[in-house]
Amino acid sequence: MESKKVIEAKGISKSFYDPILVKVLNDVTFAIHAGEFVSIMGKSGCGKSTLLYILSTMDTQYEGELLLDGTRMKDKSDADLAHVRNEKIGFVFQFHYLLNEFDNLHNVMLPGLKLGKHSKKEIEQKAYEKLKILGIEKEALKYPNQLSGGQKQRVAIARALINDPLIIMGDEPTGNLDKANSDIVFNIFKELAEEYHQSLLIVTHDQDFAANTQRTIIMEDGKILNTKD
Amino acid sequence: MKIGLIAEVSLALLTARLKQTLIAAIGVTFSITMFIALLSFMAGLNDLLDNLILNRTPHVRLYNEILPSPVQPIERSGSYPGAYHFIRHVKPKSELPEIKNSAAIIQALKKDPRVLGFAPKTTLPIFYNVGSINLTGMINGIEVDAENRLFTFQDYVVGGQTNDLKNTPNSIILGIGAAKKMLVQRGDIIQVTTAEGVRFQLKVVGFFQSGIEEIDKVQSYTTLATSRKMLGKPAGYITDLQIKLKDIALAPKAAQEYHHLFGTEAIDIQTANAQFETGSSVRTLISYAVGITLLIVAGFGIYNILNMMIYEKMDSIAILKAMGFSGRDVNAIFITIALTIGLAGGALGLVLGLGLSALIGQIPFNTPSLPTVETYPINYNPNFYIIGAVFSIITTYLAGYLPSRKAGKIDPVDIIRGK
Ligand SMILES: Nc1ncnc2c1ncn2[C@@H]1O[C@H](COP(=O)(O)OP(=O)(O)OP(=O)(O)O)[C@@H](O)[C@H]1O
Ligand SMILES: [Mg+2]
Repeated sequence: MESKKVIEAKGISKSFYDPILVKVLNDVTFAIHAGEFVSIMGKSGCGKSTLLYILSTMDTQYEGELLLDGTRMKDKSDADLAHVRNEKIGFVFQFHYLLNEFDNLHNVMLPGLKLGKHSKKEIEQKAYEKLKILGIEKEALKYPNQLSGGQKQRVAIARALINDPLIIMGDEPTGNLDKANSDIVFNIFKELAEEYHQSLLIVTHDQDFAANTQRTIIMEDGKILNTKD
Repeated sequence: MKIGLIAEVSLALLTARLKQTLIAAIGVTFSITMFIALLSFMAGLNDLLDNLILNRTPHVRLYNEILPSPVQPIERSGSYPGAYHFIRHVKPKSELPEIKNSAAIIQALKKDPRVLGFAPKTTLPIFYNVGSINLTGMINGIEVDAENRLFTFQDYVVGGQTNDLKNTPNSIILGIGAAKKMLVQRGDIIQVTTAEGVRFQLKVVGFFQSGIEEIDKVQSYTTLATSRKMLGKPAGYITDLQIKLKDIALAPKAAQEYHHLFGTEAIDIQTANAQFETGSSVRTLISYAVGITLLIVAGFGIYNILNMMIYEKMDSIAILKAMGFSGRDVNAIFITIALTIGLAGGALGLVLGLGLSALIGQIPFNTPSLPTVETYPINYNPNFYIIGAVFSIITTYLAGYLPSRKAGKIDPVDIIRGK
């Protein structure tokens, strides 16, 4: 059965002029279907992060077409793209980017409050649920600077989940973690994919990590070299 | 846009940098406090100085000037049409500057709805006899009640009551400058000589102190009746009619009208005292300039703290944008921070400004030239507070505008890639 495509990249290219023209992405075409757990691998500097920033709509300077949930992302305004990110994309970075001014629960709630689809009470309820999935509901009322690196990253994942996004993107989310914590995070992703049918697109350097995903896209010099199932 | 969320995030960022925020807010507080205190004090001073003149000055004064005949006889001759006449020999008539037909004028003024009241007056030049020396002086014959009511005459009388002037025959309220020269005390009898050479003895019942030394050396007051007696004129003789209008702005028009209607000279307060308006407006201008300068300095304080905050909170801004806050939301967050600093600082500044004004208003201010004033004058005009509030909001908005725009334009990719 062919399920619907959550992300579709059609011939995406990007160049930097710094100071000479360097083509970082060259005609990248692929699609991710709903519920898929996909990883991207490749040598350092091959353009993985650059691709992810484009897919997440944060970078709009590219050639080619990007469709999210079947909708063209070109020509959308800054505010429209912000709304798309808010509603449809959960992002997890190498660094956690939690706001130290808010407690962990509030950090998780922020994108939900921004979306404003549910009442504050419901969002709080949901934030607790997400924290529970990640096994850190006990830390809800602590502040980010009171947590370990692995715990912080799990709060960041809970934050990415709060609006039940179409897809979760991760740029080396385990890059800063030790083996034990990496495994915890990986298992969480796996659980999300298998139990909640969450689509995931994760950039990683971790061979084991990639091997355990459903599909691995391998990049080289701004191109997709091949795809391993 | 969700205002509640924006406010929540703003507040969180603000409290994270509480100390710097407080310093920026104190800058605004200080400038608004000074702005209010300065303006209130300056306006109080302006009122005081203006009242020194305006209270004593009629809005319209009717009088007769001794003028040469405006039409010289040669001009009546038809022999030299268009020629320039330089023969001018007809001098002013020998007459006193009496306002003729004063009874009819008074009747007309009583009916005029614009007129608040009027006070008739006679003026006569005299000499104060001090031993063998004569000092020049001027006696004003006044209607005591009208002067009190319209020109707060009582305020300028020291060491006596204006009523004593009414109740004591042949009495005088002597200019304090003249009194000092003559070594006169209340109850003493002084002697004056009129221009016609008639000598009169008058009992001193009080002293007149206007605050303007040149006036106090010369001017004295008696009742209309006493002055007429000194001049040998019948009842009804007056030389001046001092009119106070309900609306001072009508004075120039009314003066012109009376001039034509009554055939007397008529001068309005605006023409007579043009320089006071100028002085007041310059002082006000200076106060505003100083106040706004202070506010601009405070504005730079806010500009600085916001720039610093944005620099420190780059990561937070980047993640807010990554999670779906638009550039406009981020912009709004920082504008909210700026306005919160401005509003809180400004509001406190208004309160402290009121306090400081009240404090200045308690400081003793005794000057012999201003007998009715005991403390520094303060004008509690609510407009100053409105202007202060509006200015504080405008300056903080302007100070926050550029940094906020910068924050709104931050590209999250640049920040995240840099990590
Ligand atoms: N702002 C920029 N200006 C110029 N060149 C850039 C800019 N950002 C990235 N690049 C270049 O683009 C290429 C791809 O960078 P990118 O960050 O996507 O690599 P990556 O695959 O994520 O590498 P890593 O695995 O180390 O994170 C690199 O060669 C980099 O030097
Ligand atoms: Mg990268």
